[in-house]
Amino acid sequence: MSIEFIQKYIPLYVDAAWLTVRIGIAGIVLSILLGLLCAVVVYFKTPVLRRIAMVYIEISRNTPLLIQLFFIYYALPKIGIRTDAAVCGMAGLAFLGGSYMAEAFRSGLEAIENVQMESALSLGMKSSQALFYVILPQALSISVPAFVANVIFLLKETSVFSAISLMDLMFTAKDLIGQYYKTTESLFLLVVFYLIILLPVSALGSLLERRLRHAGFGS
Amino acid sequence: MAESLLTIEHLTKKFDENVVLDDLSFTVKQGEVIVVVGSSGCGKSTLLRCINALEPIQSGKVKLSDEEIIYGSKTLAKQRQQIGMVFQSYDLFPHLNVLDNISLAPVKVQKRNKSEVREEAMELLKRVGLEDKAMSYPRQLSGGQKQRVAIVRALCMHPVLLLFDEVTAALDPEMVREVLDVMLGLAQQGRTMIIVTHEMQFARAIADRILFIDKGKIVEDTDPDTFFEHPSTERAKQFLNIFNFERSK
Amino acid sequence: MPDLGLEVLFKGKNMIRLLGGLWVAVKISLISVVISIPLGILLGIIMTRKNPVIKVVTRIYLEFIRIMPQLVLLFLVFFGTTRALRWNLSGELSSVIVFAAWGTAEMGDLVRGALISIPKHQYESSAALALSPAQTYIYIIIPQTVRRLIPLSINLITRMIKTTSLILMIGVVEVLKVAQQIIEANRMSSPNAAFGMYLTVLIMYFLICWPISMLAKYLEKRWR
Repeated sequence: MSIEFIQKYIPLYVDAAWLTVRIGIAGIVLSILLGLLCAVVVYFKTPVLRRIAMVYIEISRNTPLLIQLFFIYYALPKIGIRTDAAVCGMAGLAFLGGSYMAEAFRSGLEAIENVQMESALSLGMKSSQALFYVILPQALSISVPAFVANVIFLLKETSVFSAISLMDLMFTAKDLIGQYYKTTESLFLLVVFYLIILLPVSALGSLLERRLRHAGFGS
Repeated sequence: MAESLLTIEHLTKKFDENVVLDDLSFTVKQGEVIVVVGSSGCGKSTLLRCINALEPIQSGKVKLSDEEIIYGSKTLAKQRQQIGMVFQSYDLFPHLNVLDNISLAPVKVQKRNKSEVREEAMELLKRVGLEDKAMSYPRQLSGGQKQRVAIVRALCMHPVLLLFDEVTAALDPEMVREVLDVMLGLAQQGRTMIIVTHEMQFARAIADRILFIDKGKIVEDTDPDTFFEHPSTERAKQFLNIFNFERSK
Repeated sequence: MPDLGLEVLFKGKNMIRLLGGLWVAVKISLISVVISIPLGILLGIIMTRKNPVIKVVTRIYLEFIRIMPQLVLLFLVFFGTTRALRWNLSGELSSVIVFAAWGTAEMGDLVRGALISIPKHQYESSAALALSPAQTYIYIIIPQTVRRLIPLSINLITRMIKTTSLILMIGVVEVLKVAQQIIEANRMSSPNAAFGMYLTVLIMYFLICWPISMLAKYLEKRWR
């Protein structure tokens, strides 16, 4: 393994990792919003929106991100919807992640006893007040483990971004392998950089999970 | 003659085709304590839920001080502030401490001054013997303590009517007493209450009137002594017999 | 009505070619699932052992496989082993190796989770009924574990099928690659073929995965 080569190309990987993280975070934030919206709509059984949300969830969960990205990036321009690669990556990740987040939040919401809603209502709250002050705080803390798993899953999924010519970590590694045949070094850096991105999230996740499991509210 | 606070007229409630409450009518006067008894599944809990419009009703009317309570209406949240309700269990908000549980609705719904509400909450907690639990979370309390907090939470909204839905049914026997004592205290203050319970001795002690419901209908509506000593219907006699044990040896 | 490029689909043997490409992906996932289920069950049982060495080794295997994007694993096997071991692995074989290793890790974790989720009183009440440890496993523990596991393993199949779309990236000719070839060949006659072809591929994946997910959901509800 050539240390020199590694030192020389670290900056390239840093840039690539930064791109992954930026688009990844943006996509994840969007997917949280989308997921929250879907979960609430399904929870309150809002007539038409609920149907739409459920159809979306099924489509999103039962197709691969790679194909979703190909569709957004190469197919949609044919009917006049053009996006640049970064926006496409973000949109694709949000489209995929929205349904996973929705399921996480929904199972959190379903875990809350019905009487919680009823006692909030019988204290004279409107259902929106009950949702914000009583139901959501509990539901969100229940969905933390699933939420963290989704964040890690979505960060991993960003690895297909190179398919729409985003210069992410995979792209960089493949490029270096092709140009210099420095396979071992390129792959080593690839693994290290993914570990740098993913390990802290995973560690934070298990810490949060353990605290929630052993403590809960009030300690 | 005290004026009537709550009027139920021809209330009918069905779950699909199953008639749970069948053409019920009665009134509750200011300051009256009504205990609703009956075997499980007779519809007594559903009755409370219909009064608070947690369930839609199929026909009839529920009126609080001459204003009709309608499921899903815009005025419902306002009317519910006047009706305090305590459930069987699990109704404290687990993510809030005792004081926040009590003050959430007065502050957020009634927009009252936070420090005043907290002061009042502490005063009420003291009265039920829980002032040292103000900062505790529900999971740190016993079942009986939780139910006393739930009662305080309802009281802090200044309701004109209190509904109790089998509030001691999920409690260990030694904790039942502390909750019932709080309710007896409220009755002595002249609060208007409708209580659903399986505690027959307590019912007899606290009630001004007993409503005995069977198969969704009011079968007896009378004072407690008459109900327990001389029930007029066969069904009430059978029901009361459940609570008597003969020596088997 | 804009030209959606759907006519390409019905030209010549295009549909058959696409389905052939899809079969490549599905075949690789099925082979990987068939390998990972028994290995995963074995791994799951091993992981419930108290032996610290086994614990550490299985843990590292599990964590590494699960934290790395599957595409990175594909690269490691496809490009990495070629270099390190000087052999030439085909894309298909690399895919099977990676997905079987990944599936084993996922399955192992599911099995372990199902085993430790059986409450202790199930063992205790079996013992109180004087069942032997073997009888306890056969009549009490395994039936409950299997009920929890089957919906989850079915879900693993859909995840596997979705993940196999990645094999395009190491040069395996599967459905997406075939679609690209068709689009390229018809660039002049149907400039909008990309829309029709990629939509078709999207629908194909959905039609395979959706019924399987529905089945998993149904079983989960029924056996809860």
